[in-house]
Amino acid sequence: MKKLTMLVALFVPAVAVMVMAEAKVTIKGSDTLVRLGQRWAEEYMKENPGVVIQVSGGGSGTGIAALLNGATDVCEASRDMKQKEYELAESKGIKPHRVSVALDGIAVFLNEANPVKELSFAQLKGIYTGAITNWKEVGGTDERIILYGRENNSGTYTFFKDQLLDDEDYSEYTQTLPGTAAVVNAVSKDKNGIGYGGIAWAKGVKYAAVRKGDEDPAVLPSSDAVSNGSYPISRDLYWFSNGTPDGELKKLVNWALSEAGQKVAAEMDYIPLPEKRAKEEMIK
Amino acid sequence: MIQKLKFKPKSRVREFIGEKLIALNAFAALIAILLIFAFVFKEAVPVFTDSYIQEDASFDKLIFQQEYYEGRPAKWSWQPNSEAPKYSLYPLFLGTLKAALIAMLFAIPLGVGAAIYASEFASRRLREIIKPAIETLAAIPSVVLGFFALMILATVLQETLGLTFRLNALNAGIALGLAVIPIVFTVAEDAMTSVPRSLRDAATALGANPWQVSLTTVLPAAMPGIAAGVVLGFGRAVGETMIVLMASGNAAIISASFLDSVRTFSATIAAELAEVVFGSTHYTVLFMIGSLLFVFTFLINLGGDVILARLKERLQGRIG
Repeated sequence: MKKLTMLVALFVPAVAVMVMAEAKVTIKGSDTLVRLGQRWAEEYMKENPGVVIQVSGGGSGTGIAALLNGATDVCEASRDMKQKEYELAESKGIKPHRVSVALDGIAVFLNEANPVKELSFAQLKGIYTGAITNWKEVGGTDERIILYGRENNSGTYTFFKDQLLDDEDYSEYTQTLPGTAAVVNAVSKDKNGIGYGGIAWAKGVKYAAVRKGDEDPAVLPSSDAVSNGSYPISRDLYWFSNGTPDGELKKLVNWALSEAGQKVAAEMDYIPLPEKRAKEEMIK
Repeated sequence: MIQKLKFKPKSRVREFIGEKLIALNAFAALIAILLIFAFVFKEAVPVFTDSYIQEDASFDKLIFQQEYYEGRPAKWSWQPNSEAPKYSLYPLFLGTLKAALIAMLFAIPLGVGAAIYASEFASRRLREIIKPAIETLAAIPSVVLGFFALMILATVLQETLGLTFRLNALNAGIALGLAVIPIVFTVAEDAMTSVPRSLRDAATALGANPWQVSLTTVLPAAMPGIAAGVVLGFGRAVGETMIVLMASGNAAIISASFLDSVRTFSATIAAELAEVVFGSTHYTVLFMIGSLLFVFTFLINLGGDVILARLKERLQGRIG
């Protein structure tokens, strides 16, 4: 009897919370955005106790697939949806509504012991398509370049491919890892490694200064460099929903774009939207 | 006080129902397997029937080298998210085989050696410590083994052997081997202890010392059992996902070297299935891979079980 009472006592609050929660929001998608999504969810739920927000990662591709399959309210994505995905959405009756919620730069990670400090777009393309295979070709030691990248469901993978590889295939020697943190970890342990990923993640590795053309200055990634546009590899981070957000979702989106929400983003080492842009993105 | 047994007609009905419920439980497992089989195959069938899918991934495109770009040589390649999607299964097949082979090369000597020691030479107390210890290896979650290989084993291997690639087939293979050793050990040890004493006694009576008894009499008699253990271990090595996902580098390379990264069937499914849109070509090919894995491991396990059953029969039928 005691055991039974204990079990009931444990379940009742859980059920009560679920019953009391008026609104539930599911957020799925980008591993680049997931930390921010989780922190936003936490802060928002603190101020609005009747709402339950579930956040999970899996990659931008996963989130978009979930949105198209009707399995999530919000899809976090570190890339825009592709033409094929927009068409598929239409055929399924989904109207994707896109909101930019933060900015991100893609940093190129090098091992701290690597003498190379700067790389140009052309060099990065050569390295990642497999045309350039030795560090000495880009000013380093005579060692083979070990490529680390993301899996093909990652928005970061797709963005890097579009922007830097001009949509050519990655070299088949690119070792794929499940998240930017794993890429950083791999590069930090491999003195000949090179990796790419969101700026917010670097620990134990150093950034490469990137130049767009051979004449441009090489810029290190930083929050300011991305905000003012001087760092050449930057992108918007998006939230997609089915149709224009309303109700609880609208409040959540506008809160995330407000000063309070963008401050949280800055604390998490993401790059907040410039104030004017944030106001533009809010749902009227 | 002796209770009188009452065999009322009611209890016979209850017995009947009870029996049928238990039988249902047994069949439920069988039905579940058949249903999973059917679902996986159903999703893979469009490779043979749907012309839209066959544009990129017809069966021969999955198997043979393709010329993807005009002017460039034909090659096997796995790049499903590309301007020109590439779905060759050969690099994945090679990767799976390499990792599994290394696992077996590592696990067979250790597993069979341990089995010989535990069944032939260890004292009873020692055996009672060794057996559970090795079987604890089987209790380690594969994600923990994968993590160990990723964080520690890879660094150790790279520093001692001076490897180019930190995450490679050798790294994943050794971790896989650790997962396979308990299987090989348990089956081999069981096979050796069930060799009848009369066989050992006969060898001793003819003048053999313990070593000779083990190697010339017991080992050959238990060989089918050891073979079954190896086969079951191989099936596990082929199907294992988490270890290779974390420790192998996941690069779909075709090469003979064991020191290059590999991409296996199981890791490909685990990494890519979450993203695909239902019904797309990529989705169908992934299910095709799943079907191949299913069939392969099913046949391997069936083979292993049949060999074991025959061995038991033979040992019991011939002697005593």
